[in-house]
Amino acid sequence: MSNEINVPTMASLFAEGKEPEVLFWVGCAGSFDDRAKKITKAFVRLLNKAGINFAVLGTEESCSGDPAKRVGNEFLFQMQAVTNIEILNGYGVKKIVTACPHCFNTIKNEYPELGGNYEVLHHTQFLKQLFEEGRLSLEGGSFKGKRITYHDPCYLGRANDVYEAPRELIRKLDAELVEMKNCKKRGLCCGAGGAQMFKEPEKGDKDVNIERTEQALETRPDIIAAACPFCNTMMTDGIKNKEKEASIAVMDITELLARAADL
Amino acid sequence: MEYLQNILFAIALVLGIAFFTRNVRRLARNIKLGKEVDLSDNASTRWRNMAMIALGQSKMVVRPVAGIMHVIVYLGFIIINIEVLEIIIDGLLGTHRVFAFMGGFYDFLIASFEVLALLVIVAVIVFWLRRNIIRLQRFIKPEMKGWPEKDGNLILYIELVLMILFLTMNASDLQLQQLGAPHYNEAGAFPVSQFIAPLFEGLSIGTLVLIERSAWWLHILGILFFLNYLYYSKHLHILLAFPNTYYGSLNPKGQFANLESVTREVRLMMDPSADPYAAPAEDAPPPEKFGASDVMDLKWIQLLNAYSCTECGRCTSECPANQTGKKLSPRKIMMDTRDRLEEVGRNITANKGNFVEDGKQLLDDYISREELWACTSCNACVEACPISIDPLSIIMDMRQYLVMEQSAAPSDLNSMMGNIENNGAPWPFNQMDRLNWASES
Repeated sequence: MSNEINVPTMASLFAEGKEPEVLFWVGCAGSFDDRAKKITKAFVRLLNKAGINFAVLGTEESCSGDPAKRVGNEFLFQMQAVTNIEILNGYGVKKIVTACPHCFNTIKNEYPELGGNYEVLHHTQFLKQLFEEGRLSLEGGSFKGKRITYHDPCYLGRANDVYEAPRELIRKLDAELVEMKNCKKRGLCCGAGGAQMFKEPEKGDKDVNIERTEQALETRPDIIAAACPFCNTMMTDGIKNKEKEASIAVMDITELLARAADL
Repeated sequence: MEYLQNILFAIALVLGIAFFTRNVRRLARNIKLGKEVDLSDNASTRWRNMAMIALGQSKMVVRPVAGIMHVIVYLGFIIINIEVLEIIIDGLLGTHRVFAFMGGFYDFLIASFEVLALLVIVAVIVFWLRRNIIRLQRFIKPEMKGWPEKDGNLILYIELVLMILFLTMNASDLQLQQLGAPHYNEAGAFPVSQFIAPLFEGLSIGTLVLIERSAWWLHILGILFFLNYLYYSKHLHILLAFPNTYYGSLNPKGQFANLESVTREVRLMMDPSADPYAAPAEDAPPPEKFGASDVMDLKWIQLLNAYSCTECGRCTSECPANQTGKKLSPRKIMMDTRDRLEEVGRNITANKGNFVEDGKQLLDDYISREELWACTSCNACVEACPISIDPLSIIMDMRQYLVMEQSAAPSDLNSMMGNIENNGAPWPFNQMDRLNWASES
């Protein structure tokens, strides 16, 4: 596995008078969370392999404002949004890809009214396009025969009706895709949305991520595939709670593809 | 005396419709207490949504058993209304089965009403069993205690009685037709009530007429009662599902409404030429309240949502917070909003058109903060609603009030917001370290 990754920044490209094909919006989790950083790097390896001319904002990136908006702090959300839009528009960004469904939803749906109009893709949609265009391909099947269940992130699925792109990528792995009893439109939340990630849950019988993990375990999976850094955290915690971490891995679809491609 | 029945009927009809009109006016007045929002766009998409979701019941059949039963009762309701039209004309003019001139088609109509009536009786019994014997989880949640539970059963009883009256009326009519009673011309086909008719064998024409007239009167009076019961019941959805689906959101579910008043302030803050010390203009409107703490702070569509809710509980049964034992129930959010709106409406009626402060509000008096903070904003409730109600938007508006007007977020969330403000991430990391992952092994 190569550790060499090439991550150009928008500022450096701009200084050279170049323009990337797409901006990779890393997001806070992808930048700071140890588990999510692995997802970020796996995605970059795939971008490098496909020879994509991309860039990141690096230190110029800031929180998209999603958790502020879901908490009800519209003021903080709009301050974040307007600041980000100023930077994005300053670089003339037209196309954005992100590995976080929350950033994806916010930039795609909530930035336009504040002056930020971009083509926004979730990384699963972008990777699917790369496969379709023949810029990425997979050979062999290191996941052959593995049972993979896919957890729909609320902000990718119900919020934006993206159900097929992640599943199509999983099918490319030559593995067996097994659905949970609640999937797609009726997928159960992991428990992190609406800024729940950042607070203790209210009193109840159990935590939402445990309920969802139990649904996942019913499918007897080898791997639980996620497509959101927060879902990943919640499902990983759930698997640890059930003491199954030795036999079941929680992985982002990007990581599955990167591993299948020996990256 | 000849016209006594016609006159009594006309009086009943006028009273029934007048009372209904009064309630519709109150309903409209209460909904208009909500804030203005323009939803007059995309008319063709909206008509299509209404046709698919309300008329076509496309979201009901997601749960097949309840969905198909509901379609039967719904079809029964719509189609038997043609019969009601005949009853009204007969009642006013003193005719009997005025549509009988349609001949074979009339026979077909009456026959299909009878089959539907029987199917409705079966469906209503199944619904009753689900509520009272099987006791499905979603029908026995805490917010269903008391009136909502009674309301649900009462509607089933009314429907059952109406259908039995309809079939009894036809059975005695059939018997009278066969006896060649005057006024009772042979008309209609009776595939179901022909099996009830033998019960009336041997009765005199006078007794049969009494039975037929009683069933006829009770049936139409029952319908007029039901019409006026709607306003006090979850059953208002049979009318309001139509406007509610028409005005339902056309945006992706993840797109939450933009708060214009905040946008103006943010623009002002970002404008380098704005004078931060400038006093507001004399004629400047008072600053708007952020978010919602009472029903008047909500938009009219949210209030329409509340009146349209039929308390089926599909939202609550799909809610991750509710499934894991938290207090939040999206259905309760809608029921509380309606209850509070009704309370405000009664206040306005009692005070001749003005609302007199009653020291209560939707927040805390009806919906607790614990419920609001348990929401994951996952949109499962919005997806589950068969008639496009959006409980999430009310939760979000109330969170806005808590955070922006009261600074009353849970402390963990305050730290999260502080972090975003100070270093552009929900965790306490330095923004200058954002790209460190690229060089870490």
